[in-house]
Amino acid sequence: MICVEDLWKSFGAQEVLRGVSLRVRPGEFMALVGLSGCGKSVLLKHVVRLLEPDRGRVLVDGEDLAALSRRELEATRSRMGYLFQNSALFDSLTVYENVAFPLREKTRLGEGEIRRKVMSELKVVGLENAEEKYPAQLSGGMVKRVALARTLVRDPEIVLLDEPTTGLDPIVSRAILRLFASVHRRRNLTGILVSHDVPAIFGIVEKVAMLHGGKIVAVEPSTEARASRNPMLAQFVNGDAEGPIQHIETREEPAGPALPLELELEDAVQKPGVK
Amino acid sequence: MEPPLTNAGQLVETSIRLFTTVGAWLLFRLARLGRAGLFLTQTLYCTATPPLKLRLAVKQIWFIGWKSIGVICLMAAFTGMVLALQSYPTLKQLGSEGFLGPLVAVSLIRELGPVLSALMVTGRAGSSIAAEIGIRRTNEQIDALELMGLNPLRYLVTPNLLAFLVALPLLAAIFDVAAILGGYLVGVRLLGLNAGTYFGEMSHYVRMHDILGGLYKSASFGLLIAWVCCYKGYYTQPGAQGVSAATTQAVVNASVLILACDYFVTSLVF
Repeated sequence: MICVEDLWKSFGAQEVLRGVSLRVRPGEFMALVGLSGCGKSVLLKHVVRLLEPDRGRVLVDGEDLAALSRRELEATRSRMGYLFQNSALFDSLTVYENVAFPLREKTRLGEGEIRRKVMSELKVVGLENAEEKYPAQLSGGMVKRVALARTLVRDPEIVLLDEPTTGLDPIVSRAILRLFASVHRRRNLTGILVSHDVPAIFGIVEKVAMLHGGKIVAVEPSTEARASRNPMLAQFVNGDAEGPIQHIETREEPAGPALPLELELEDAVQKPGVK
Repeated sequence: MEPPLTNAGQLVETSIRLFTTVGAWLLFRLARLGRAGLFLTQTLYCTATPPLKLRLAVKQIWFIGWKSIGVICLMAAFTGMVLALQSYPTLKQLGSEGFLGPLVAVSLIRELGPVLSALMVTGRAGSSIAAEIGIRRTNEQIDALELMGLNPLRYLVTPNLLAFLVALPLLAAIFDVAAILGGYLVGVRLLGLNAGTYFGEMSHYVRMHDILGGLYKSASFGLLIAWVCCYKGYYTQPGAQGVSAATTQAVVNASVLILACDYFVTSLVF
């Protein structure tokens, strides 16, 4: 189970998360929706402790991630799969090597067993004939499918997907979502799916949560989200210009986990006294 | 309504603002220095403990060392040629043209070989490594490694450190040889010095201590380049501009540090 409790995160003076609380039960998949730049990826990165919160905590199966030692955190992460927004495939490795990488580096499986598992995952995503290709030789949809295969190859119990269909055409997007739905049905995965692909994702997930203004403003079963009574979720799902959400692009989504020190320090130089 | 500040009040307020700004800047620099120190310490720890990614290290030796040989030879040959061309007239005035060989060899082995080869490798390989690691950071590949429970330093930094430590002394040695041959071309073939004098005198003046000193220098420059270039790439800011800035800073900082380090190593070794 994933439990996020009163999570706060700022980058310099910019408050991204302002008391986010969320609960995902075992075997449940939750879609996390919200405007671009509202902090969905930041929230997701807290769930694997790629980012440290300013306040609040994240519990995975009852364990507070902040309290885990490096070894314990590794063990927890090994039960999780994360599909990055940019797919994060290693350019210098082939499709096969990319998917085999976590098995080669983190398990004691023999090369025969690794091959069997990798080819099985590549077959699931329909790329068994692309094993020798490099990521640069693949289309956007294929890259996402390879990334999905790499995410699933270690049989994770918890899966976090950060915009797996962004930038893809509707046909490929639906194919990837269908693919994920079948994997979820077979493996009974727990996790969070960040996506803008509404209402297509409602058929895959059990619940829908909406992040807005740094807070979760709605959590509803996916069956009800399509005709939600929550005005914000309803406006988002219907794509209405008018409504409680004022869509003003004020900033881009904060960047990855390596930068907080840099940003905070630079902010301290620019704006002394601002915490 | 607040009362207007007196001159003394304004002075105090300006002073406080100045101290705050300078203090914040200083803290920022100190924190960065601390982070760079931690980065080096962790890298050295990963280099000294298994598992070592030797295949990656060999690949990097090929990239940093083997692929630099051509440009190093070219640069070295011209350095040796110009050194001989500039020194010969002065030595001739003093009637000491027989010392051309030792002069070229000692200046190259002790100083120019290690420094110029390190500067060239910084420009050719250091910049590329900083950019590559920076792109891996912005593409979230480093995060992906971390989530797989792997230490990114072992995969991205340690192989480069090992490769620089192996390749740079060898490149400096190749530089020395090529430059001495360049000096031979000008001194002997162009200016008419006796070949036996050019090479024969060298063996009297070049000591093993000079050669080892040059190699120590190269190894320390290798550590420096790997540290600075990998660090800059690892902590790059997002986007193309971030990677471009990181690459520039990596080359500039490494080059300046090489020259500064050169002074200290020279004073220690020679």
